[in-house]
Order: sequence, then C-alpha cells, then structure tokens
Amino acid sequence: MTITHAPAGEAEIADCVREAAAAGTPLEIRGGGTRLAIGRPVQTGATLSLAEHRGITLYEPGALTLVAKAGTPMAEIEAALAAEGQQLAFEPMDHRPLLGSEGAPTIGAVVACNISGPRRVQAGACRDSLLGLRFVDGAGTVMKNGGRVMKNVTGYDLCKLLCGAYGTLGVLTEVSLKVLPAPERALTLALRGLGPAAAVEAMAAALGSPYEVSGAAHLTDGAEGAMTLLRIEGFESQVRHRAERLCALLAGRGAVERIEGERHGALWRAVRDVEPFAGDARAVWRLSLRPGDAPAVAARLGDEAGADCLFDWGGGLVWAAVPEAADAHAPALRAAVAATGGHATLVRAPAAVRAAVPVFQPEAARLADLSRALRARFDPAGVLNPGRMAA
Amino acid sequence: MSTIAMPEPKRAVLSRKDQIVAALTEALGADCVISAEAETRAYECDGLTAYRCPPMAVVLPYTTEGVAEALKICHRFEVPVIPRGAGTSLAGGALPTADSVVVGTARLNRVLESDTANRVIRVETGVTNLSVTGAVEDEGFFYAPDPSSQLACAIAGNIAMNSGGAHCLKYGVTTNNLLGVRFVTIDGEILEIGGAHMDAPGLDLLGVICGSEGQLGIVTEAVLRILPKPEGARPVLIGFDAPETAGTCVANIIRSGILPVAIEYMDRLCIRATDEFSGAGYPDVEALLIVEVEGSEAEIDDQLARIVEIARALDPVEVRESRSVEEAALIWKGRKAAFGAMGRINDYMCLDGTVPVSALSSVLREIGELSAKHGLECANVFHAGDGNMHPLILFDANQPGDLERAEALGAEILKLCVEAGGCLSGEHGVGIEKRDLMTTQYTGEDMEAQMAVKDCFDPGWLLNPAKVFPLHVSAGRRGA
Repeated sequence: MTITHAPAGEAEIADCVREAAAAGTPLEIRGGGTRLAIGRPVQTGATLSLAEHRGITLYEPGALTLVAKAGTPMAEIEAALAAEGQQLAFEPMDHRPLLGSEGAPTIGAVVACNISGPRRVQAGACRDSLLGLRFVDGAGTVMKNGGRVMKNVTGYDLCKLLCGAYGTLGVLTEVSLKVLPAPERALTLALRGLGPAAAVEAMAAALGSPYEVSGAAHLTDGAEGAMTLLRIEGFESQVRHRAERLCALLAGRGAVERIEGERHGALWRAVRDVEPFAGDARAVWRLSLRPGDAPAVAARLGDEAGADCLFDWGGGLVWAAVPEAADAHAPALRAAVAATGGHATLVRAPAAVRAAVPVFQPEAARLADLSRALRARFDPAGVLNPGRMAA
Repeated sequence: MSTIAMPEPKRAVLSRKDQIVAALTEALGADCVISAEAETRAYECDGLTAYRCPPMAVVLPYTTEGVAEALKICHRFEVPVIPRGAGTSLAGGALPTADSVVVGTARLNRVLESDTANRVIRVETGVTNLSVTGAVEDEGFFYAPDPSSQLACAIAGNIAMNSGGAHCLKYGVTTNNLLGVRFVTIDGEILEIGGAHMDAPGLDLLGVICGSEGQLGIVTEAVLRILPKPEGARPVLIGFDAPETAGTCVANIIRSGILPVAIEYMDRLCIRATDEFSGAGYPDVEALLIVEVEGSEAEIDDQLARIVEIARALDPVEVRESRSVEEAALIWKGRKAAFGAMGRINDYMCLDGTVPVSALSSVLREIGELSAKHGLECANVFHAGDGNMHPLILFDANQPGDLERAEALGAEILKLCVEAGGCLSGEHGVGIEKRDLMTTQYTGEDMEAQMAVKDCFDPGWLLNPAKVFPLHVSAGRRGA
C-alpha cells in the first residue's frame, strides 16, 4: 500500500520532500488527482498530496491579482473571482470528462501542467497569467520566483520553466496569477457544415480581424454536424458591434447562426473539455500546430490512423481520437507532426500504452540533454514525479 | 566615479588577444571582426552611459552560422562573451569588460517570413522592434510590445530583457508574444526552440531563455506573434490634486471591468518640464492620468464615458476628452516627450521598479519623502495600469558625487518597491544596474535556482558573466 503524505504547510511539504530525497523514495505529486493519468505512469513509493495546503492568500481585484496555495480547489478560486466579476483569462480545461477521473481540480495542478483553454488565442496560456511561484525543489529547499506584479524582469523567469513541468522540477506551494474582468456579455457566431480547411480559413479571417475573437473552434461531428464557432466577449455595446462586423466579414461562408445564453456556456465548456471524445475507449492525442497546417494533418491522421479530430485555437490545437491500439498509433502521429512542425502529446490512453510509447514529443538531442540537466539540478535525488515527462 | 564594480579582466585572456582575433578573423572574415582600439570604443557602453569599457574585440556576423562560429572560438579560448543587440539597454546589459568579445546581432536584419493568416512573423533578431510592425502594418497587423526605444532597439535585446512597453496591460510583454527562437549555445550548437505553434512540447525552455539577459545563449531568429490592429484608439486625460486620488482612480477603472490599453501617470514636476518643452498644454496638477481605450468609435465613446464617470466621482481638477485624432495626439504629445524633456533640463537616472497597483499611492508618497531626505528631485512618469514605475532622479553628472548620491537614492526607492510587494525591474532588466540589489528581492536559495539554469546552458559562465547576479554570489562560478 502506498503511503500518502498530506502536509498542510509549506515547511511541512519541504520536510516531506527532504525526507523522501534522503531515503531515495520517489514521490507522486498530487493535487486533486483529476489529471494523474496525464504523462508516463510514475513508479513511486509514496504520494505527496497538496490537498491540505489550500486557501486564497491574497486577492486584490483592483490590482487584478490573486495568490493562492497550490492545493486550493479551482471551484473555490472561480467562486471568489466570480463574486468580483473577474475570471482566470486562460480558461483552464477540466480534464475530468475526458479522463473519466474524479476529485476536485486544484490551481497548483493547473499551473504545474500549464492547462489552458479556448481563450488562449486571445488572452494567452496559463503560463502567461502566472506572475509568481513558491516551490520546493527536490532537495526540500523552499524557493520563490517572480512575484505578484504585472511586469517583472528581475532575474530569470523560472515560473515559465516550472509551469508545464508536471511537478518534475519542484513541488509548487503557492501561485500568483493575473486575473481579468469577466465579460459582461458573450456571443458566438456559428457557421455550419464547413470542412476543416474552410473552417480554419474562416477562423483565420476572424482571428485576423480587430473584433477581438476570444475563441475559435471547429467541431467536426456530433448531433449537430460540423460547426465552426467564433466567440466574442465584452460590454453589451461592444459585442453587438463586433458581431455585426464579424458577420459582414464572414459573408459568403454560409449562414451565420448566433448562439447565446445557456447553450453558449455549454458549447464552450464542451470545446474546452473536449467533451465529444469523453466516455469512449479511444486514445486521445493533443497536437499543437501552426493553425494553417491543421487541416492537412487532420486529413492525414484520418487516413493513416482512423482519427477523428476537433479543432481549437483557430486550428492551432487539434484533438485527435484514434482507435485503440498498443502504440496508440504513435508512429502516424509523430510522422504527421514531423512533416509540419509542432508537437503531439498522448493525453488519454491506458497506462500500459503510456508506458510503451513516449507521451510527450521526443525532443532534439541537445534539448533533451538540457531538460535532463535541469531536472538533475532541481531534483538531484530524482524523487519528484520521476519519469512523468521523460524516462 | 561609479559605484558598481566589474570583475578584473582575466590576464590569461588578454595575453592571447592576437590569437583570439586571428581565429575569429579566419572563421568569419576581416569585415566581421573589429579589434582596433579606436573602433572597439564605439561598443564601450550601452544606454547606461555612466559605465564604459571597450571590449577586446567585437564580432558582427551576417548569419546564425557566423554567430555559432564566433561562440565556438570564444568557448575554446574561454573568453567572456557580451551579446549585444542595438545597445539601448538602460541597465548595462551590453556593457563589456576588457577581456570580452562582443557578439552583435546588428547584421542579422532580415524579415524571413510574414504569415498573417497564422498571425506570426519570423525575423532575424537584429531587426528593430518598430520594423517588425513595419513589415506587417500594411496588412493590418502589429507587433504589440512597444518599449519606448522601439525605433532603435533590436528584437535580440527585447528577448534578452523581456521588454515591455506602454501597452502591456492588454497585450503582455515580449515573453507573451514570443513563440519560437533559433538559439546558439555557448559551444556553437544551433537549436530550434518552439515555432509557429502556441505551446512547448516539454519543459518551457523558451520561457526561461526570454529575459535571461544574454546569459544562456544568443537568439538569432525569432517567431513572434502579430496581432490585428484595433479599429481605433483614443485617450482621455484626467488631472487630480493628489497622487492618492489618481491611484484610487486607476484601481477603480480596473475593477470596473474595463481593460484600457494604457494608463499612464505623470506628476507635477514632470508635467511642468514636459509642457514647457512640448507645448501640449497639460493642466498644472499634482497627478495626471492618460487612459487609452481601443475599438470602434462607438466602443471607444462607451468606454471613455464609463471612465469619465469613475473619474468624476473622485472630484478631478480636469477631465479632457479627445474627440479627434488631433486631440488624441495632443494628449499623448507631452507624455511621449516626457523623457526627452526631462533630459533637456537635467541629467536623470531612470528607475524601473514595479509595485502592486494597490500600493501606488503609498509608494509615491514615500518616494517623495526619500527624495527630500537625499536632497535630489525625483519626477514620476510611468505605466500606472501595471504598476511599473519610472521615477526619474534628477542630478548633475558634472557635479562630483552627484551620481553616487543619485544611485544611493535609487537603491532606496527600489528597496521600497520590493518591500511594497513589487520588484526591482519591470521591463529594463537587471544588467549591472540592479545587480547588487538582487539580494533585496531574492534569497541565496532563490538565486541559486536561477544560477543552476545558467550552469546547465553555460557551464563555464562565459556568457555575460558579471551581470544579473551580485559578483560575490556568482564568484565561484565565474572562476573569480
């Protein structure tokens, strides 16, 4: 049976890591446990849970800043922000539907995995909202980087390095985030029946317009058939104006439907959480591409791996569901991405498959060396989620 | 006269100057290598002109491969390397030492690919910031980070310092607009990191390279995000009789849900100096805000009306709305001339501390008290929306001891910023200027973690070695 440590304070978390390092006991770092199935399976002797290290430590709506302990549930953060009419601009995905996991997602895990959503095209990724961090390295030393101000170029930006390191460089204990006003109104213009190429073109036209499109996605199947979604947010008058202009811009691309209200929220939640691929047994890949390359890559994956694709970020993000296979069709995925640039991550597959094929895009030799060297420096005993990102 | 020390040049390097210059010349050709004393003097400083030292040699390659060759040679001879973009750093980021080779990106000045459909542009990093926008503006796009030196500063330096600008509140700084780089390591390997896609495949190495002040490698090409130009933009000018009220106004605007593209602040000292110079006709008030919003005419009117309503509730001395392009230009005229105007009446030292917006009022008051204590005037002109302060300490460079007094006051103001929950530098970088103050913001462990990153990229600590970290902190690594 695995031992679970759930320390409530930063010093206790540091003690726990220090002891694990001394004993050579690898730790699985865990927030709410909803994203544990991302990455390579980890062989660990104990679990370090951040669930007890929780709470918002500072929230200044007038300074657009929120600081929270890593184990703070997302629901608590979202509620506090909503009460002031604000939000996390990067719209983090909830992985529970896709991975079929349970638990309460935490802010620490969102940062550790650099989780973003549809609004990334306009407001940046999680890493772009991250202002500062406190963390414990693999030797049990408490450190900080950045702070809680909007602009900070004092010393190196380790926040970016730790954001998306899946806990392999340090255990995050506190994160400081830029927050933004939540829009007064939101509206989506939907085009029907476009193929991927026409959809990506339409999304490029919209994202290249001054109308501040905050989401551009294309759903290929489902009950309603293919739908290309363009979201506009802002004050009432802005949304009205932008919708009008955008409709004019989209003229000739088919009928434009306006979606608002409850259906609007549900639709973007479905895009954010990749709901069309929830609840089945297929392996799911996440591809990051130059948007214009997406239609050709998707077509190739359809032919070679039987993939169904859906498109977010104007085509810059492609989710591909492939039929069950021992290698999750990795060779086809890697070849398609190698031809265009970009990368692919195996987000959902049985543990045996994730152990057998590289989950993250294999890096060029020197970049892999640099990553390895960084991990060796930040986690010399190799106790923090060892092997989660790379063997 | 200066108070910031640089390490003694290494004799072992100086004694091999001829060999090093010969190797560089053989690899790159004579027209890429400058070693005559009269000519290296042109590279003795950057925008922090109080500190000067000509390098041993300067290399200006035409290609990434040329940069790689130069670094290989410097690596082989264990010569310190000073990367240099356009040399506009205000922090001494490109200050050489006598035993160093400056590797400049000035001749890497081509726009390689402009792809508006995918909203990216690929450039060599010697191009100026403004020319990136110049390459795409006919198609309705722009490059968002806009440091005030944008006419002269190079993308290489913008990436090294993670430069900001006046419009960061809405568009972010360099790191938020940088997608990929071609990067040369100290041993001369050329790496591609990132690209036209929007996130990293593994560890976000790009994220730590941006802002590492030329200490990890040299970036020779960059993939940058470009954005569609807004339909229009117009400012409103608001004058208050107390800095505190202006600070409250900033916080109230932000809380209201409006995200202005810029909120600029000027104090009375700055207003007076500027107005005399620019003729912008600013009101003579304690604190002046310029708030700019973007969108269509109707959207702008709507947002400005909301802002004016918020301001009026605080009993302003004056509210001046712009109804036309000409009126908008007049409002910006003084702000844009501020640094030049201050320079006309005085020597000044420009600080770059950032504080939480909620602390602006109290920090401004304390800066006033410190300024009185040190007997040096201090003007304030800065980006209030993001808390990035630029106190200008006025002094007389010809007066012996004045620079040292200004530096002492500057150090106290920056410590004040850190104590208020802020940082030493919001957009200029640490360089040498704030190097010795790093201990006020970071513990030994915090700096150890940052230096560990440099150890991985540059184990011999040859790249810009005497910058960012206090000399006593980096001594063991620099072999000092």
